[in-house]
Amino acid sequence: MTPFLQENVVFREVYCFLGGNEGNASWCGGDGLLPGGFEWAAYFAAGFVIMFILVNAALLGAAVFVWSERRLLARFQARRGPNRWGPWGIFQPIADLLKLIIKEDIVPNAADRLAFTLVPIIMLMALLLSLAVMPFARNTYLVNLNVGILYIIAVSSMSTIAIFMAGWSSANKYAMFGAMRGVAMLISYEIPLVLSLVGVVLIVGSMSLVSVVEAQTVPFLLVQPLGALVFMLGISAELNRTPFDILEAESEIIAGYHTEYSGIKFALIQAAEMAGVLAASGFLATIFMGGWSGPFWSGQLGAFWFLVKLAGFVMLFIWIRATFPRLRIDQIMAFAWKFLLPLALINFLVTAVQVYFFGFYQGDVPGELTRNELWIMAAINIPVALIAIGIFGRFSREKVRVPEPVFQNIAPSPRTMEVD
Amino acid sequence: MTRAVQGEELAGYVRQKFPDAVCQWKGESLWIEPSDLREVAEFLRDEPDLDFKFLNSVSAVDYVQYFEVVYHLTSLEHNHSAVVKTRLYSREAPTAQSVVAVWPGADFQEREIYDLMGVSFEGHPNLKRIMLWEGFPGHPQRRDFEDVVTY
Amino acid sequence: MAIRTEPVTINIGPQHPSTHGVLRLRVTFDGEVIVDVEPVFGYLHRGSEKLAEERNYVQVLTLTDRLDYVASMTNNQAYCIAVEKMLGVEAPLRGQYLRVLAAELQRAASHLVATGFLLQDLGALATPLMYCFRFREKILDLFEMLCGARITVSYMRPGGVFSDAPPDFWPALDDLMQEAPHLIQELEQLLMKNEIVLVRTKNVGVLSAESAIASSVSGPVLRASGVAWDWRKMDPYDIYDRLEFDVPVGERGDNYDRFRVRIEEVKQSLRIVEQCRDEIHPGPVRADVDAEAIDLVLERRGEAEKPLAEGPVRAELPFVLRPPAGAEAYGRVEAPKGELAFYLVSDGSIAPYRCKIRSPSLINLTVLRELLVGWKLADMIVTLGSIDINMGEVDR
Repeated sequence: MTPFLQENVVFREVYCFLGGNEGNASWCGGDGLLPGGFEWAAYFAAGFVIMFILVNAALLGAAVFVWSERRLLARFQARRGPNRWGPWGIFQPIADLLKLIIKEDIVPNAADRLAFTLVPIIMLMALLLSLAVMPFARNTYLVNLNVGILYIIAVSSMSTIAIFMAGWSSANKYAMFGAMRGVAMLISYEIPLVLSLVGVVLIVGSMSLVSVVEAQTVPFLLVQPLGALVFMLGISAELNRTPFDILEAESEIIAGYHTEYSGIKFALIQAAEMAGVLAASGFLATIFMGGWSGPFWSGQLGAFWFLVKLAGFVMLFIWIRATFPRLRIDQIMAFAWKFLLPLALINFLVTAVQVYFFGFYQGDVPGELTRNELWIMAAINIPVALIAIGIFGRFSREKVRVPEPVFQNIAPSPRTMEVD
Repeated sequence: MTRAVQGEELAGYVRQKFPDAVCQWKGESLWIEPSDLREVAEFLRDEPDLDFKFLNSVSAVDYVQYFEVVYHLTSLEHNHSAVVKTRLYSREAPTAQSVVAVWPGADFQEREIYDLMGVSFEGHPNLKRIMLWEGFPGHPQRRDFEDVVTY
Repeated sequence: MAIRTEPVTINIGPQHPSTHGVLRLRVTFDGEVIVDVEPVFGYLHRGSEKLAEERNYVQVLTLTDRLDYVASMTNNQAYCIAVEKMLGVEAPLRGQYLRVLAAELQRAASHLVATGFLLQDLGALATPLMYCFRFREKILDLFEMLCGARITVSYMRPGGVFSDAPPDFWPALDDLMQEAPHLIQELEQLLMKNEIVLVRTKNVGVLSAESAIASSVSGPVLRASGVAWDWRKMDPYDIYDRLEFDVPVGERGDNYDRFRVRIEEVKQSLRIVEQCRDEIHPGPVRADVDAEAIDLVLERRGEAEKPLAEGPVRAELPFVLRPPAGAEAYGRVEAPKGELAFYLVSDGSIAPYRCKIRSPSLINLTVLRELLVGWKLADMIVTLGSIDINMGEVDR
């Protein structure tokens, strides 16, 4: 029995209910329903239940997210948003989904059928895989990988391949444009994204997300403000949200890489994209806001605290989307290389020095920084972050800064006629 | 107010430089020989007293006996305007000189006249149909155009 | 090792989210960079000029609504001014005030649409667009009170407007004028200091003043290039010579200036509307003519046979107009998109012999190639948006 599975609440309950401690699962404590020799069935059933819950949670979450995004955007834009189908229009995404499923699934003649069909599957798969390591509450996760953070980054990069496949296989120039932009942008943003997490890994001394949550006696948002900022910006680029949505910029290249997709394939791509925002918010909440740990009853209310934090980040994403116009591709690349990368490196350097310094008193064991030490780090890092942002912000804006236009006005014309 | 330069006054200017270019004048309008059009246009643009740097519009009117191409000009410097016309007497292949080299703003308007009125412009860099598709029979803005499209 | 590359040609449009209608641009790209642009028109060509030759002078008015359908009022105005020039008629003062009031409200509405879609093209997800449209809706509601229509208004007539404003129009206008500064301020707060808007629009698509004049560019595009030229100032029509307003002028002629000039013009338009509201006083709204003196009156809807009363009879300008043969007029206004003019030629019949429309949208597009070559795809969309074309007017 793989040890990490027994820590999982759902898995343990289902497995013990069915299989009991017949096999080598001595941690079950009693007999299960199934006779001996059928542990594999219990194992399969438990795994299936977890998959079922996770996949459905992700997709339903995406649906709820679509609804809330549409409602919130409508609020931002002084209009009402969907409000017909169900109370407050809450069933709107279901209606949308039904419509998309019923629609004809068109594959262009010139398309590479295999690659074209694989794209939505890969996109959704990359997303669902990344959810595997996310701790939703205390002891509620699929796996507790000791390389969790690395795993997230590796898995989420797969969507880059999917985007390129979509653009290439559609045989559409707009899709190709989107794919070109996508590959250039996503690969650039991987680098600051990875570097921004190095600081966290240094502090925690582990890449496991469970350890990250447990080590957060002080939210890492305070301890790692630069890291959090870079991660937030990087991840919103990875998710193709405004202001970084150049690869599906609808005013420029129609829908970018998914121009040719329709019906259920389009629905899956959208679901992957929307659930991607949820996943990103979940990771932000986990890595920088303490995940399921809350001010009180973290054990019992863990899922609640997690959802609250997740909702906060989701709201932030929607807010950004409602506010900002889009950047041009060269500006986006400049932003990654000239702004985010230096910030991530500064964060890395500062954190490394601090961890080395605080670790000095504790022998060679990395991590295990005390609460006070984290507060000291926060007190140092926040000013460092502000200064670094100020310097690099000025630096990278220099080229676009031009004097404010002075508006000349022609003098008012004299009144030549008298009112009769 | 924008002062309308009268045809007579304008003719005085043009005749000094091009004695044969002026056909006649009446009111605000001045008629120019089509063969001198480009040179006169250049003169109107560059002459400091006239300074017609802004071409308002190029229009063509089909008077059946002849086509008339009308240029409305404005000087932003002096705030005065003028109307210059030229008559083309050919029904089959009316050709005027293009003024795109003088006023680039004439580009689309001359193409439109070529398309809808069938007046071609000599020296236009890209003279092809603009509103209708290539191969459309006839020029619909002409008075004698009959709708040949069957539905 | 040299990488073998080749330019890609893409047809942007006629169905494309941000070509503002059915414009088609045949663009050649080298990667993301534009090498060549060729606009292709005609997808909305309805032959308005030809249709006008078969309608009488008042009926043509309804065709003008459909030219620039986001600024029908100014189209009406340009046409009416052209017809009035031909007839030698002048609209009564209240009619002129109502015209200018409606035209300025329309200018504000049109500029708001232009600004909203420019920001939409920049990628702002509909928020600025909705802010602009919220304001525009209120203006269109006023139009509905004036004439029963919101878009294709046909409000004006040769010789004035077709009917006076209803009594509840004035309180509604007051409400709008009170609300307007707040709405404008909200829009400015959202956009003017936005770093991304500045980065995307400043120094992009720079049009020099010389080039703008040579290419016959007019309207806000010309003014953004630093040429202080506004027909309302330079050749005042209607009552513009008794109104006080400024003409905002840009400096560099980039996308930001064009966008900024429009916002400033909205403010000036509101200023004009305010003056019109304050100065207007009762009177006729449609020109009356001396029925004896002019033989304009061909048919007067059953009144034609009535014996003329003693003394000069004043009669409202009739439905069927007959300008003298050979008369021609070039009537222009400063429409929101630029100089809109109608060149009318009469042969003495009840329909114009020739009705040429000088459409600012089409002529402003002349500079498109110059503005775009060397820039990127994203800039192309923004520059096109900042020129503010309307396909109904481009293709006519």
